Amino acid sequence: MDSRPSEAELAVKILVAGGFGAGKTTLVGSVSEMRPLRTEEQLTERSVGVDELTGVEQKRTTTVAMDFGRITLRTGLVLYLFGTPGQDRFWFMWDELAEGALGAVVLVDTRRLADCFASIDYFERRGLPFIIGVNTFEGGKPYTPDDIRVALDLDPEIPVINCDARSRESTRQVLITLMGHVMTAMARR
Amino acid sequence: MTGHEWFDEEAGPIVRPFTLTGGRTESGHRSDLDLMTLVVRASEPVYGSLLLTPEHEAILHLASDPLTVAELASELDLAVGVVKVLLGDLLADRRITVRRPAPVAQFPNPRIIEEVIHGLQAL
Repeated sequence: MDSRPSEAELAVKILVAGGFGAGKTTLVGSVSEMRPLRTEEQLTERSVGVDELTGVEQKRTTTVAMDFGRITLRTGLVLYLFGTPGQDRFWFMWDELAEGALGAVVLVDTRRLADCFASIDYFERRGLPFIIGVNTFEGGKPYTPDDIRVALDLDPEIPVINCDARSRESTRQVLITLMGHVMTAMARR
Repeated sequence: MTGHEWFDEEAGPIVRPFTLTGGRTESGHRSDLDLMTLVVRASEPVYGSLLLTPEHEAILHLASDPLTVAELASELDLAVGVVKVLLGDLLADRRITVRRPAPVAQFPNPRIIEEVIHGLQAL
């Protein structure tokens, strides 16, 4: 690989996870110029059987749509947000996405709490620092962060904050909270 | 028939994604390329053996400034796998150079995290 000595580019990669419809696209779009990103993934051995396509062996690739946003913090320091694919059958994508990631936000819709269990398990197993953003939805019951922490069986040091994925200010706060948590997690290591 | 017909985008892509790469799904350089890899057009004019397709040309046009694979794919509305194969062609012909931005996660440094926080506060 070629390396050009001139610019020292630093990339901060953050994942935005959560169940289908939890507000990942909205959150990424609220702070960055968001663009859709398609990957045409070859189904690997690992995904066969996990995937719904068992018995449809001739299908070799599948299209996965993600969201992707970029925020330039200063020249040479760029923050990339990747919304993870919401459907469980795209789990095989996650290792590539998580590679080089600094941390993750797990968005929670209190009406469908169980949808985020899989993301939490994944980040815990991988040892990737994450925080919980409880997205406010009309008709969602107003749980306190502590209720959510108990319901999700989270370690006490993992931040749980209420947020509104539509609001730039709120999303900024979510990302700042995540960075603070990353810093704490680093100090502990 | 039910009388329902699909038109335009609803009918799905007319061309299967990897048609653009002549059916190739692997690039010789694929392991060098991930979503965050920065691509930049080679500064010297190259007269290689590669017959450039419009997609190759489009990549070269966009990559006059360093751009990530993710941004290229998004900008060109092509699947990431397809873009990686096309980039492999361009790499083999030395029309582009690639490098990974230093991922902060690899060498986490409290000073950089603080800088990120300040950057976010200033947004």
